[in-house]
Amino acid sequence: MSIGHTLLGLLEAGPRHGYDLKRTFDETFGHDKPLHYGQVYSTMSRLLKNGLVEVDGVESGGGPERKRYAITEAGVTDVQRWLATPEKPEPYLQSTLYTKVVLALLTHRDAAEILDAQRAEHLRMMRMLTDRKRKGDLADQLICDHALFHLEADLRWLELTAARLDRLAREVRPA
Amino acid sequence: MTPAGSLLSATDLRKSYGSTPALDGASFSVHPGEIVAVMGPSGSGKSTLLHCLAGIVAPDAGTITYDGRDLTSLTDAERSALRRGEFGFVFQFGQLVPELTCVENVALPLRLNGVKRKDAERRARARLEQLEVDDVAGKRPGEVSGGQGQRVAVARSLVTDPRVLFADEPTGALDSLNGERVMELLTDAAREARAAVVLVTHEARVAAWSDREVVVRDGRSRDMEFTR
Ligand SMILES: Nc1ncnc2c1ncn2[C@@H]1O[C@H](COP(=O)(O)OP(=O)(O)OP(=O)(O)O)[C@@H](O)[C@H]1O
Ligand SMILES: [Mg+2]
Repeated sequence: MSIGHTLLGLLEAGPRHGYDLKRTFDETFGHDKPLHYGQVYSTMSRLLKNGLVEVDGVESGGGPERKRYAITEAGVTDVQRWLATPEKPEPYLQSTLYTKVVLALLTHRDAAEILDAQRAEHLRMMRMLTDRKRKGDLADQLICDHALFHLEADLRWLELTAARLDRLAREVRPA
Repeated sequence: MTPAGSLLSATDLRKSYGSTPALDGASFSVHPGEIVAVMGPSGSGKSTLLHCLAGIVAPDAGTITYDGRDLTSLTDAERSALRRGEFGFVFQFGQLVPELTCVENVALPLRLNGVKRKDAERRARARLEQLEVDDVAGKRPGEVSGGQGQRVAVARSLVTDPRVLFADEPTGALDSLNGERVMELLTDAAREARAAVVLVTHEARVAAWSDREVVVRDGRSRDMEFTR
């Protein structure tokens, strides 16, 4: 996720102070990964330098968190472009898992066991998310559902790979 | 051997159809109030396991213990009394009686147990309400959507307050949103009643509503509790 674009988007809704930005970010997107203040300052100074935000006022007391930021015209254009550009669909976990499976086969380890252990781990996580969804509000549900669909896709890949281990072994092991 | 505290358990079940082995040494157990997902590839023996556990199909070998009783040694009459009185069932297709209205369908298991019509239909309506389909009570199964029909079927499976609920692909024919809702309602109702649930599914998102999963492959079961 692009923190710069996310903070910019929050600013498009209205000018905010640094501490207010962090708080809103954490509440809206930060569920298990709150921003550090340092990330907010470094991001804001980059956005300032690029002319995407401007300082709209400073509270007495000074310090970077006292500055009030507003989005510029260029900033709005940037948010628009980011929102309109689809994310690259990347197979993020498969490459690691694939590497593990192939290495297991090459070293004559039990690849099925590795897949089963991963499968159990995936389901454990899916249970946790389902539980959180059950107890949460709509925002929780949407966030958890996204993660659940991705984990499900991984899990289907794990099952398919488990069913094809013999063939994969023949292909990766030198005759 | 019966795992301590389990309500329903099976050890080393074997079952063949002709020369096809459907179960080849499968074991299983579920505790009161526990939801166990049975997963595995198509044809691996999941439904056969469920049918054996529920006393619908007799295994060729192995033991099944329900609440301290050996299920395989019961007479047919005793087994069907057990099914009617203490078990509930949800299947994927064709389980509602087309000639009866939805509320009559849900009341049917109670009527078979000798409950008076008025009383049975009152309890049926309460279950329909819990599954959010009380508005279709007076319609016949042919006049409701697949998702509504499935909720009616879940309502019917719970109407006798079963101690074990057997669900074979209960969301198989539903879209994600409806499947989710049916799982939420089903697991809420089961947890509230402390019913044990045997949930057969090949979908991980459905299995994620369970407490634990067992994977069946080639007729053999594997408990997926990994100690790391
Ligand atoms: N009544 C039957 N007569 C003959 N063979 C059967 C019967 N029921 C099941 N089998 C066979 O037993 C094996 C296991 O079937 P089962 O229905 O238990 O699989 P399953 O895991 O439920 O599959 P699915 O996910 O496709 O529902 C299969 O090879 C199937 O063809
Ligand atoms: Mg089946």
